[in-house]
Amino acid sequence: MEKNPMRRQLAIMRQALFDQGYLDEQFIQLEELQDDANPNFVEEVVTSYYRDSARLILKIEQALERKPFDFNKLDGYMHQFKGSSSSIGAKKVKAESTLFREHCNSGNGEGCVRAFQQLKQEYATLKKKLEAYFQLARQAGPMETACRPK
Amino acid sequence: MTVERVISETKDQFPIGMRVLAVDDDPTCLLLLDTLLRRCQYNVTTTSQAITALKLLRGNKNKFDLVISDVHMPDMDGFKLLELVGLEMDLPVIMLSANGDTKLVMKGITHGACDYLLKPVRIEELQNIWQHVVRRKKFDQNDWYNSGSQDKPHMGSGEAAGIGKVDQNGKLNKKRKDQNEDEDEECDENGHDNEDPSTQKKPRVVWSVELHRKFVAAVNQLGIDKAVPKKILELMNVEKLTRENVASHLQKFRLYLKRISYVANQQAHMVAALGSADSTYLRMGSLNGLGDFHRLAGSDQLPNAGFRSFPPSGVLGRLNTPAGLGIHGLPSPGMIQLSHVQNSGNAGNDQSKLQSFVIPGNHNANILLGMPMSLELDQLQNNKGVRHIGELPTADNTTVFPVSGSLIDARVAGCSNNPLLGVTSNSLMLEGSSHQAILHATNLRDSVSTMVFQNGNTLSDFNCIAPASNQLRDSKSNLQGQASLISCNAGPIIRSDPQEWNAPRKDAPYQSNIMCCSINSSIPVNGAMVQLGQCLDQNNPVFHRNMDLDSIGPPNFVDPLSIKHNKGESSAMEPLVIDKEGYLIVQQRPQGSYIPDNIGPLGDLASAIMKQDQDKGKPADGDFGCNAYSLRNCI
Repeated sequence: MEKNPMRRQLAIMRQALFDQGYLDEQFIQLEELQDDANPNFVEEVVTSYYRDSARLILKIEQALERKPFDFNKLDGYMHQFKGSSSSIGAKKVKAESTLFREHCNSGNGEGCVRAFQQLKQEYATLKKKLEAYFQLARQAGPMETACRPK
Repeated sequence: MTVERVISETKDQFPIGMRVLAVDDDPTCLLLLDTLLRRCQYNVTTTSQAITALKLLRGNKNKFDLVISDVHMPDMDGFKLLELVGLEMDLPVIMLSANGDTKLVMKGITHGACDYLLKPVRIEELQNIWQHVVRRKKFDQNDWYNSGSQDKPHMGSGEAAGIGKVDQNGKLNKKRKDQNEDEDEECDENGHDNEDPSTQKKPRVVWSVELHRKFVAAVNQLGIDKAVPKKILELMNVEKLTRENVASHLQKFRLYLKRISYVANQQAHMVAALGSADSTYLRMGSLNGLGDFHRLAGSDQLPNAGFRSFPPSGVLGRLNTPAGLGIHGLPSPGMIQLSHVQNSGNAGNDQSKLQSFVIPGNHNANILLGMPMSLELDQLQNNKGVRHIGELPTADNTTVFPVSGSLIDARVAGCSNNPLLGVTSNSLMLEGSSHQAILHATNLRDSVSTMVFQNGNTLSDFNCIAPASNQLRDSKSNLQGQASLISCNAGPIIRSDPQEWNAPRKDAPYQSNIMCCSINSSIPVNGAMVQLGQCLDQNNPVFHRNMDLDSIGPPNFVDPLSIKHNKGESSAMEPLVIDKEGYLIVQQRPQGSYIPDNIGPLGDLASAIMKQDQDKGKPADGDFGCNAYSLRNCI
C-alpha cells in the first residue's frame, strides 16, 4: 500500500520525462531489456553513460579552449557523444549534439560554443532528473516500469 | 548450463546460440549491444578494442559466426577491421554507427559489410542479423567445389548445393589432379568438408588456385569491364561451377582490384621510383587484379615479398601498379597493408618489402609472390581482401599469376630495378606461359611472385622464377637481396591465414617455398637461402602471426622450380626454409600436399611445383593461397 503512491509517483515522473522530451523510445528499449536476470539494467546503462560521457565532455571543453578550433576533432568527439546519448534515449541531449555537429561542419565556432553550452545544460538537467527517478524507483521497489511485450 | 544448452542447440536451433562478436569502443553502447544480443539468444562476446577482436577472431577461425563492429573506433578504423575480417575469416560483418551518412554506408558496403545499422540499434534489427550468416553459408556452399561434403542444402544454387557440390568436387578434383596433382590439398579439403556435412560450417567455395587462375584468365580475356559472370563461366568451362559462384567471386575480385588500384595509385609515386610502368601495371592490374585477386585468395604464392626488389614501399603501394604482377587487383586488405609495408622502407629492401607484403588483408595475399614489386605482392595480398579467401582457393590460384605475367612486363618497364627479365611476363604470369626466362633479377622477383602466384600455373611459373634466379646470380648482390626479398616476401605473405583453406594452408608453405626455391636455384642455394632465411626472420616478426606451418600457407614461396634445380641445394635451402616459420621457406610440407617428401620443404615445393608442370597436383596452388595468409597475419 505504501508503495502505491510511490509507484504512482514514479510513473508520473517517468511519463513526464517522456512528455517533456527528455527521453525517447530508446529508453523504453532499455526498460524492456531489464528483467529478473538483469534487474538494474537501466540504471547500469545510464550510470555507465554518465561516467563515459563525462570524459568526452571534458575533452570537448578543452578542445574549445584552444583556438583555432579543430572542427574535425570536435566533430569526432561529438559523434561519439551523440552515439552514446542516443543509446540511452537522451533526446534533448542528442538534439543539442546534432546542432553542435552542424556548427562544426559549417565551421561556425561561435555556434559550436553556444550549442555546447546548451548541451551541457541539458545533459546536467537530465542527469538530475534520472538520478531522482532511479532513487525513487529503488525506494518504490520492483515495479513494472514498462509493459514488456513478450 | 545455459551456455551448454545453447551450444548444443546451436546447430539445431539456429539462430539461437549464434556466436556474435561485438566490437565498440563506447562502453555504454557495448553494454547495450551485449544485452540486446543476449536477449535475442545469441552467444555474445564483446570487446572494446578492434585489435582484441582481431586476435580473438584469428585465434580460432571457427569461433564466431558473425561480427558486429562500430565504425568509429580509436585503435582501428571500423572499415579496416571489416576488411580484415572479410579477408581473413570471411565472416559476415555488420557495421554500426551513429552516423547514417550515405557516404559512410556506401563505404561500408564497398568494404564488404553485409549490413549497416544505425545507433541506437533496436532489438528488432538485431533479431534478423542471423540471415547474413545463413546467406553466406549458402552461397559459399554453392561455390564449394572441392568440398564434396557440403550436404547442407543450399537454397541458392541448388545445383551447387549438396550433390551438385559433390560432383563438382569430384570433378574439380579430377581436374585439379590432372593439372596439378594437388590431390592432397584437395583431399584435405574434401576430407574436411566431408567431415561435417551436417555441421554448419561456413561453406566456402573452394576456389582453388587452378580455378582462380582460370577465372582470372577468363576475366582478363574478357576485359575487366566486360567480364560478366555468364561469360566468365563459359570461358572457364568448369563443370558444376555456377554463375552465382562466379558472380560472387567476381564481386570480390572487383573489390580487390579496386582496393589495389586505390593503393597503387597512392603509391604511384613510389612506383615511379621503380620506374615501373604503372600504366602497364595498371593495365595488368586489372588483369592481374584478377590474378591478384586470386592470388590474394590463395596467393600464398606471393612470396614475392622476397622478390620485392622493387623500390620499397612504393612497390608495395604500388602493388597495383607496378607490380606488374597484376596483383594490382589485389585489393584491399592487402592494400592497406601495402602502404604499411612500404613504409617498411622497401627501398629495395627486401625486407621492407616483405613487410609490406604483410599486407594484412590478404591472407592469401597473393602477396605477390616474388613480385618484385612488393607492391604487387601486396596487391596480391590485397586480393585477399577480395575475399578470395573463401572464394578463391587461392592456394592454387595461380590465376593471379597470369595476371602477373602481364604485370611482370609492366613491372619490367616500371621496375627500375632490374629489367624484368623479359617479363614479357605477360606470358609469364598468364597461365604460366613462358617461363619467364626473362626474369631479371628484379624481375625475377616479380616473376617469382608472379610465378608463384600462379599456383595454378604451376611450375611454369616457377620456371620463371628459376630463370630469374639465374639472373640473380648474375647479380649476386641482387640475388641475395632478392632472395632475401623473396624470402621476406614469402614469409609475410604466406602468413595470411587461409581461413578457408584448410588445404591451402598446407600448400601455402609450399608456395612460399616456391618462391624461395626459385631463388635458391639461381643463387647459390645456400647463399640465397640464407638470405631468404634472414629475410624471413626479419619478416617473421611481422608476419609471424600465425606462422604455423600449416597455416602459413606457402610463405615460402620458394620456387619449387628452383628447388628442382637445386635438388641438392634444396636441402641446403631447407634449413632456411624451415627456419622461418613460414617465412619464406617455410618448410611447410604441405600436409598431405603433393610435394614429395623426398625433398625438403623447399624441395617439396619445388617438386610440387615441378609436379605441377607434369600434371601433378599443384602444390603451389594451395600454398599460394596461403601465402596470403602470412601477409594477412602481419596485419
